[in-house]
Amino acid sequence: MDFNLTREQQMIKKMIKEFAAAEVAPIAEYLDAEAEFPKETVAKLGELGVMGMPFPEEYGGAGADYIAYIMAVEELSKVCASHGVIVQTHNALCCWPIFTYGTEEQKRKYLPDLLSGKKLGAFGLTEPNAGTDAAMQQTKAEDKGDHWLINGSKIFISGGGIAEVYVIMAMTDKSKGTKGISAFIVEKGMPGFSRGKKENKMGIRGSIAAELVFEDCIVPKENLLGELGKGFKVAMTSLDVGRLGIAAQALGIAQGAFDQTVAYMKQRKQFGKTLDKFQALAFEMADMKTRIDSSRLLLYYACNRRQKGLPSTVEAAQAKLACSETAMYVTTKAVQFHGGYGYIKDYPVERMMRDAKITEIYEGTSEVMKMVISGDIFK
Amino acid sequence: MKIIVCVKQVPDTNEVKIDPVKGTLIREGVPSILNHDDANALEEALKIKDENPDTHITVITMGPPQAKEMLQECIAMGADDAVLLSDRALGGSDTWATSNALAAGIRKLGEYDIIFTGRQAIDGDTAQVGPQLAEKLKLPQVTYVREFAMDEGMITVKRALENGYEVLKLKTPCVLTAIKELNCPRYMSVRGIYKAAKFDIKVWNAADIGVDLAKVGLDASPTNVYKSFTPAKKGKGVIVEGDTAKEIADGFISDLKKKHII
Amino acid sequence: MAIQVIKEKCKGCTLCVKACPFNAIEMIDRLAVINEKCTVCNQCIPACKFDAIIKTEETKKGPVDLSAYKDVWVFTEQREGKLMNVALELLGEGHRISREIGSDTKVCAVLVGGNVDHLIDELYAYGADLVYVASDPLLERYTTDGYAKVITDSIKEYKPEIVLFGATHIGRDLAPRIAARLDTGLTADCTRLDVNTGNYIDYLDQYTTMNTKDMDRNDGNKNLKQTRPAFGGNLMATIVCPTHRPQMSTVRPGVMDKLEKMQGRKGARVDLKPDLKQDDFFVEVVEVVKAAKQMVSLTEAQIVCSGGRGLGDASGFELIKKLASAVGGVVGASRAAVDSGWIDHCHQVGQTGTTVKPKIYFACGISGAIQHLAGMQTSDIIVAINKNPEAPIFEVADYGLVGDLFKIIPEIITQWDKE
Repeated sequence: MDFNLTREQQMIKKMIKEFAAAEVAPIAEYLDAEAEFPKETVAKLGELGVMGMPFPEEYGGAGADYIAYIMAVEELSKVCASHGVIVQTHNALCCWPIFTYGTEEQKRKYLPDLLSGKKLGAFGLTEPNAGTDAAMQQTKAEDKGDHWLINGSKIFISGGGIAEVYVIMAMTDKSKGTKGISAFIVEKGMPGFSRGKKENKMGIRGSIAAELVFEDCIVPKENLLGELGKGFKVAMTSLDVGRLGIAAQALGIAQGAFDQTVAYMKQRKQFGKTLDKFQALAFEMADMKTRIDSSRLLLYYACNRRQKGLPSTVEAAQAKLACSETAMYVTTKAVQFHGGYGYIKDYPVERMMRDAKITEIYEGTSEVMKMVISGDIFK
Repeated sequence: MKIIVCVKQVPDTNEVKIDPVKGTLIREGVPSILNHDDANALEEALKIKDENPDTHITVITMGPPQAKEMLQECIAMGADDAVLLSDRALGGSDTWATSNALAAGIRKLGEYDIIFTGRQAIDGDTAQVGPQLAEKLKLPQVTYVREFAMDEGMITVKRALENGYEVLKLKTPCVLTAIKELNCPRYMSVRGIYKAAKFDIKVWNAADIGVDLAKVGLDASPTNVYKSFTPAKKGKGVIVEGDTAKEIADGFISDLKKKHII
Repeated sequence: MAIQVIKEKCKGCTLCVKACPFNAIEMIDRLAVINEKCTVCNQCIPACKFDAIIKTEETKKGPVDLSAYKDVWVFTEQREGKLMNVALELLGEGHRISREIGSDTKVCAVLVGGNVDHLIDELYAYGADLVYVASDPLLERYTTDGYAKVITDSIKEYKPEIVLFGATHIGRDLAPRIAARLDTGLTADCTRLDVNTGNYIDYLDQYTTMNTKDMDRNDGNKNLKQTRPAFGGNLMATIVCPTHRPQMSTVRPGVMDKLEKMQGRKGARVDLKPDLKQDDFFVEVVEVVKAAKQMVSLTEAQIVCSGGRGLGDASGFELIKKLASAVGGVVGASRAAVDSGWIDHCHQVGQTGTTVKPKIYFACGISGAIQHLAGMQTSDIIVAINKNPEAPIFEVADYGLVGDLFKIIPEIITQWDKE
């Protein structure tokens, strides 16, 4: 058992921390206010190799390990959770399924541009009537001999309209339930594929969520990803990876809000002393730190299992549950400790509290995480 | 084209605090970093390499074994090779002794076209090693370089002055010291980091570089620290007394002048 | 000379480890061990509660005969035929320390240029006993190559005991090159010089936390004690060059006092014979360009002049701009002023704006809300101008100027540059 970071991981942490402080922190408030996608910083992250971290160099990846990748998401999320989820969705939900299930031709075609960050990737599973109950897919893909014809819509799609490559789930055989779902690679610009409504969100406002609309969308035959009828597996295993990233995002938000609060408490005076001198508050900070650190251990443990190729579905669910609930708990306290100043936009904890909430919802709600964990207990 | 970049690992002096009670330095938790001006020096070399891929960049430093970490970071930014001069015999060197050691290390490296250094290190702020290294290697120097261009071995630089700049021309080989206006240093890249962590950094001791032991280290250094201390604590603020605006401004400005603040 | 730990006395308490600015002490088997990062700065000696750390003095025999060196030289830098202010300041300081060394010690100006004879009388008037003049067409413009050769040659010939340079972009280019060629020591960017130990002790007592009770005022040590900020200004160090000559320093402009100008004061002139050929020059000066001071950013500004709600309306910033241009500062603003639309957001200092750390921060009509303090309270000197004496800004201010800013600021502007 070794709790020390490797030299690579130390350097990744340092590099992302420097990048986040210089490039991301100054624009975080603006992105939130304007709900604008940070195109320029994402392009820079691509040049540095962050948009293709845990993938081999032969496809244009950076050849990093999972813990290093997770640390990158965590460090970015400390200052801006939108950046965290942009990196995470792209890596885990688009690059990963193509790398894992794609044919050699598909990998050669799509990965170099995705992993170098030249193109952004997205993932489409959720529908208006198929949220947690993902098997209720209504989007259909029909085999038209020389192409697939897709009809339907997807909602709340991170990067929708901005991404250029999408991994999309659609029913190829309704009668078979989840075994009738297949995955497809759909490109921006394919006939019949368009972006619908852009959502006005509570948090992570720099990450765009939009509806995707498929109206007689023509997708080439060779763009089926994985085997016919195995789309549900593609989606679920991708989400296993994605949960690690969301946990990292949540952890970063929690740590960022915690650090802000420490600095504020050392500065803010009431009753003639700074806030850190009030034991009732200091003890709560001790609780917060303990929850952050224990969540981090769960997360790194889950990543370590994935890195070693061991089963990690349950561990990833535990990590996401712990990290996201910690994020909500810590950011709520952080706002509380800032008092009235915490409720206004002068201090970033207000944004962090709004950003934190989604981590308990997307890529599987906390309730779904508990289904996974309890299912394992009573199997 | 061969470029040597001299770098130094320094404590991030922005993070240093003074104990308000004891008046002593609090160094705990202060991170070690690549000196800022040296990052500009490395960046300029990397920009040359971006344009001319056959350029070879070696970073060199003198310091304790921990300085390897900073050299790894230079490799992760894009340098090709790294050398650490490390030996108890080199410890405590002042700028003169440091330039002797660096000159010996650079001679061992062999041929080069340009040596870039940072103007100064943030822990010592002397700005002396660059010119002294140039002198020991008998090379022309330009300090305070804020713009650099090269054409067929002829270098044109702008050297910052307090109230403007000079345009200077010189040939390689030469020593150039960089200031932050020169460029904006790049970040380490993920691939660079994975290469750097496994990179075999050369570590040379005094014998390896064949330096005369009478010219390096604490005892050989012409200068040494006689005393060191922390400045007196900043006193509590004062309300400047005066009946008229003129008197108040007078009192304030004469105090600033008395204290050589202006 | 080195720092030594007396093993028998060391208790392994790690106080010295914490005191060391250079990370040069490690604990090995619960004993303090000095590593190669040690610069003998002495911080650990008083930190040890058990007197377990000592400095071992070896009387170093230098390579040079110290008694052969005499007089204080000042490189009196001129640009385009005009003396730099720092040159005159150094003559004043050189004069002072030359008299501390002995009544027969002279302060000498070293004047280098194309044709600089017209400056000699001014140097006498500001205290030079002797002026060494190096005139040569090849020295018309500053070059490291030309200046270093001429000055090194004359130091070798005349053997001054001390040589001072202004710590300008030219002085800091030139002095290290010369010191390296002479194989002597050089101390950078000094803010105080002492020869006499008594005066040095007085300085330590008044301005520093140093305990001087074990120092002897009359130790007769006439080495030049060169004091300078180190470690980003967090530490002061006094540097000596005991066994090499000359003792050389670059001195920060603006900190030393000029002598009162004595028109008609006379000294002696010595002409140096520059031995220069075109082949001695490796760097060609294509042109020297004067540029208006570039607008620096808020974060880099040495002086920031900020205005707040107390300005009354947008026109109040005209006064702040005048103040900024008079003191060479950059305009800042409080959030209240920015939110009122009086000035652009890019000027905002504070939690949501920029964090600044200038040498002098003027807070004009700013009450000092916590968001504002977060962005400026680590400034070296904070000057608060506000008519409300209860304003929280006065709690962090070094200088509190209570009154009408529209009256006080114009006074500051007129007096700032007055001699």
